Amino acid sequence: MSEVRARHSDVLVIGGGIHGLSTALHLARRGVEVTVLEADYCGRHASGVNAGGVRTLGRHDAEIPLALSSRELWHDLAQMLGDDGGFVPSGQLKLAESAAELDECRQRVNHLQRLGFTHEVLIDAQQVFEIIPTVARHVVGGIWVKDDGYAIPYKTVTSFRLAAEKNGVKVHETTPAQRIEQRGSEWQVTTPAGVFSAGHLVITAGAWARELAEQVGESVPAHPEGLMLMVTHRVAPFCAPVLGATGRSLSFKQFANGTVVIGGKLIGSVDFPARHGEVDLARLGISARTVTDLFPHLKHLGVNRVWAGVEAFTADDLPVIGASRKASHLSYSFGFCGSGFQMGPGTGKRLAQQILGEHSDISLEAFDIGRFDTARCDEAPSPGSHIPINVPSVAR
Amino acid sequence: MNDHFGGVVEAVDVVVVGAGAAGMAGAVALAGLGLQVVLLDEQGSPGGQIYRGITLAPLSRRDLLGAEYAHGNVLAQALASSSVRYEKGAAVWQVTRDHQVSYLRDGRLRTLQAKAVLLATGAMERPFPIPGWTLPGVMSAGAAQILLKSAGLAPTEPVVLAGCGPLLYLLGWQYLRAGVPIKALVDTTRPEDYWRARRHLFAALRAWPYLRKGLELMRSLRSARIPHHTGAEQLAIEGEEAATALTFTVAGKAHRIAARCVLLHQGVVPNIQFSQSLRARHVWDVDQLCFSPVVDPWSELDVPGMFVAGDGAGIGGAQAAALQGELAALGIAQRLGRVNAGQRDERAGPLREQLALNLRIRPFLDALYQPKEANRIPADEVIVCRCEEVTAGDLRTFVALGCAGPNQAKSFGRCGMGPCQGRMCGLTVTEVIAKARGVSAAEVGYYRIRPPIKPITLGELAGE
Amino acid sequence: MRTDPLFQTVTSEVRSTRTVSLSFNDQALEVPAGISVAAALLMSGINRFRATPVSESPRAPYCMMGVCFECLVDIDGVPNRQSCLIEVAEGMRIRSQEGARDLIIQADNVQTAIEQTVEVQS
Repeated sequence: MSEVRARHSDVLVIGGGIHGLSTALHLARRGVEVTVLEADYCGRHASGVNAGGVRTLGRHDAEIPLALSSRELWHDLAQMLGDDGGFVPSGQLKLAESAAELDECRQRVNHLQRLGFTHEVLIDAQQVFEIIPTVARHVVGGIWVKDDGYAIPYKTVTSFRLAAEKNGVKVHETTPAQRIEQRGSEWQVTTPAGVFSAGHLVITAGAWARELAEQVGESVPAHPEGLMLMVTHRVAPFCAPVLGATGRSLSFKQFANGTVVIGGKLIGSVDFPARHGEVDLARLGISARTVTDLFPHLKHLGVNRVWAGVEAFTADDLPVIGASRKASHLSYSFGFCGSGFQMGPGTGKRLAQQILGEHSDISLEAFDIGRFDTARCDEAPSPGSHIPINVPSVAR
Repeated sequence: MNDHFGGVVEAVDVVVVGAGAAGMAGAVALAGLGLQVVLLDEQGSPGGQIYRGITLAPLSRRDLLGAEYAHGNVLAQALASSSVRYEKGAAVWQVTRDHQVSYLRDGRLRTLQAKAVLLATGAMERPFPIPGWTLPGVMSAGAAQILLKSAGLAPTEPVVLAGCGPLLYLLGWQYLRAGVPIKALVDTTRPEDYWRARRHLFAALRAWPYLRKGLELMRSLRSARIPHHTGAEQLAIEGEEAATALTFTVAGKAHRIAARCVLLHQGVVPNIQFSQSLRARHVWDVDQLCFSPVVDPWSELDVPGMFVAGDGAGIGGAQAAALQGELAALGIAQRLGRVNAGQRDERAGPLREQLALNLRIRPFLDALYQPKEANRIPADEVIVCRCEEVTAGDLRTFVALGCAGPNQAKSFGRCGMGPCQGRMCGLTVTEVIAKARGVSAAEVGYYRIRPPIKPITLGELAGE
Repeated sequence: MRTDPLFQTVTSEVRSTRTVSLSFNDQALEVPAGISVAAALLMSGINRFRATPVSESPRAPYCMMGVCFECLVDIDGVPNRQSCLIEVAEGMRIRSQEGARDLIIQADNVQTAIEQTVEVQS
C-alpha cells in the first residue's frame, strides 16, 4: 500500500460508470471541483458492457418523466460531449406474438395515455412488417417508440469520461473505495492509493453501492446480478430498430457493423468478491431459441462471444436516486436494475441540480432511499436542505 | 441430470480435452488407473499438431517427416487399445469451473459432468506481426508443416522460410527430404543470441539427443547450400493482393527476395483460451515471453479439479508433454481416490526424472530463439488484430485516450473481438500496450476470455 | 479465382486414388479424399479465400490449426466455417465470403430504414 495521501475536492464520486461520470460532468460544468474514484476501469461493469439500449419503452410509470428527459439529452449528446457515443435513433419495438400479448400491449398504451404519455404507440402486424420485413410472420403487432434507439456503451462512458476530464474532473481508475467516513463537515474515503476527502460524497457504485451505504447505516434491499449478453458474427443488415418481446425475455439489436447483440435480463452468476460476472453459455439456449423463432434465417449465424456485467437490482425494481436519509452531504444514484444506461445523461443532470440545491424540472421523489425504511422518521432532513458546496458565482 | 436444452448431462470420471501428446498419454494413463475417461478432440484423427494425422499418414509420408513424428504412432496405438472413449470431431466450446464440459459434435450439443478435467490443448505459434503478414501466400511454418503432415502438400515454387526457432529448421529439413526447393532461410537469430544462450549450454548438453538433432538439422540445411541470411531485421512482405516478396535488412543492407510463398515462425506459445476462461491464475513468463497458467506439481490449476498438461502450461515439446500428461493422470487418480499419495509419488518418480531431462534443453532454446522485440511490438502501420484490422498505431492512440489494457482495447476499437477471439493478437496487444504505457506485460494483463471457445451457431445453441 | 497453385503433392507421396468432387464459387474441383477443405482449395489454385468485412482485404489460411480464423468460407450455405478443420466431402458447395460487400450496413441505408419507419408512424 502506498503512502497515505490526502486529496481534497468539493465532491467525491465513487463509481466511474455512466451515472458517476454524468453527475461529475454536470457538476464540473457548474464550476464544482470533482474527483471520481473507480475500482476497476471506467465502464467495467453495467455501464460499459450492457446491450446499449436507449429505451423509454416499457418503463415503470415513475421512471417515465426522467427517462423521457434523458432521451432529449441523448439526441443532443454530440453537442454535449463532442461525441455521440455511437447513438443511433433507430426506434425500439416490442413485439406481440399472440392476440393475448397484443391485448396486453393495447392495455399498456391506453394506461400510459391516461397518464398523459404518448411516446408508446400501438402498431399492427402490417406496420411491424414494414419496419422489419425479415421478422417471422406469426407476429401480430407491438408497441413502437420511434425516438428510442441504441448506443455503444463503452464509447458512451468514455465520451462522458473524456468530457468530464476536459471540464476538470479528476478520474482515478483502479482505486476502489474501501471505507467511507464522515468527520465533521468532511467525507473521507479510504482507498489503496490513500485517503480522498470532500465536502460532498456521491455513491454511484452500481452493484457495490449497497455495501457502501451500509457503512453509514443505511440499508437498501438490493442485490447484485450478473447479466449476460451474446454477440454474433457479422450478418447482412436485416433489422434497423431495437427489438423486445412481450411474452418472453428479449433484447435484440443489429449494430451498424452487422453484428447482432442478444440479451434481455439473462441472469448469470456473480463472483462478487472477484468483481466478476460469470458466463454460462448453456443458459442462453432459450434466448437463442427466441431469436431463431423470430428470425429463422439466423439459424446458421455464429455466436462470437458471450459476456456479463454486474448490476444492482432493488426490491421494487426502481433505482435509488437522491440524498441520503442517514447522513448529510451524501447522495446516491444506483440500483437501476439493468435499465440504467438510458437514464445516465438525465439522472446525472438532476442529481447535480439537487446537490447544488437548484430547482429541478423533474422530481426524484419516487427514487428516494427512504422508501425502503419502514420505520422512517418523518423529521428526516429533506433532500433540498443539503447545499454543501460553495459554488463559484461564475459558472463555466 | 438435464442440461438447459432438455438433453441429458452424462456423468463421467474425467474429461480430457485435446488428443495431442499430453492428451493421449494422459487419457491412456487415467484409463490404466481404472478411471472412466472421455477424450474430446476437434480433429478427425488423434495426434494433435505435432503428430497431426499420424494414424492416417501413408508410410511414405511418415518416413519423410522423420522418426520423431513416427513416434506419435506409439501413443495413438496405446490410445486405440485402451478403454478411453475417444470422440473425434468434438469442438469443446465451454468448460466451467465446476467441471462441466460442453461440446459440439455432428451438429449436436452435448454436455459431460466430470469429476476432473484435463486440458491438453497444447500450443499455438506466436503471432509474427510485420508489414504484409495478412497477405495470401504468407503462412506460418507450422501451417505449412500441417499441410505436409495431413495432406502431403508442399509449396510448388521455391519457398522462403523466415524467423527463428526449431520448428522453422525442422520444416526446412523435411522440405529438403521431400525435394522441395527452398529459396532462402531468413534467420532473425543474431550472433549475440548465441552469446546470451551460452550460459544454458551446459544444461543443454545433458539433453544431448535434442541438441544433436538440432545440429543435424542446421548441418543438413547448410550442406544443401540454401542461402542463409542471419541477423535479419526489418522484415516486411511486399504485395497488393498476395505476397510477391520478402524484404529485410542484414547489418543495414537491404535485401529483397521474390516469392509467392513466405513461411513465418518465431516460436510457439501456450494456448491459454480454456485456462483463461476458467479465470485461473496466469503469470507472464519472462523467458518465453508469454502468459502461462500457474499449475502445481500435478498440473492442477488454482481451480480445484482442473488440470493443464503439456505445452498449454508452458512450452516443453511433445515428449515432455506426454510425461506431463501421465503425471497429471496420477495427480487426478489420487484426487479421485484411485491411488494414495504414496503410490502416486512412487510411480511419478521415474516420470519426473525423464521430464527433467527433457526440459534441460528449454532454457538454451528460449534464450537463443527469443523473438526480437521489433517482430513482437511492431511499427504503427502494422496490423495487430487481423480480424478487425486494428494496427499497432491504433492501439497507441487508444492508450493516449486512457486505454490501460487489452480489455479496454476491445471496447475502444474492437481489437480482439473478431472470430479468432484474440488468439492471434493477444500477446502483441499486451506487449504494445505495456511498451506504450511504460509498464510490464504482467501489469497490463491479458484479454478476459469468454465462451464460446469454439464457434457455435444460434441454431445449435437453440437445440435445433 | 484459380491461379497457379501455391501447394502441390510432394513427389514421394503415395496417395490413395480416392477423390471427391466439390465446387468453389460454382467452379467444379476434383480433390483427394480425406484432406481438409483448406488443403483442397490451396492445392487447387485457390490462393485467396475471402475478403475481410472491415476493408475487403484479401485473406487466406495462416495457421491451418483452427486458431487464426482466416480460412473462413461458406460451406453448403453455412457461413464462417473453418475450412482447415473440415474434411472434404462429396458434393460440397463452397463459397468465398466477400466481406464488407455482403455485410456492412451503409450509413444511408440505416437512415433510409429509419425514415421508412417514421413514415409508418404517420
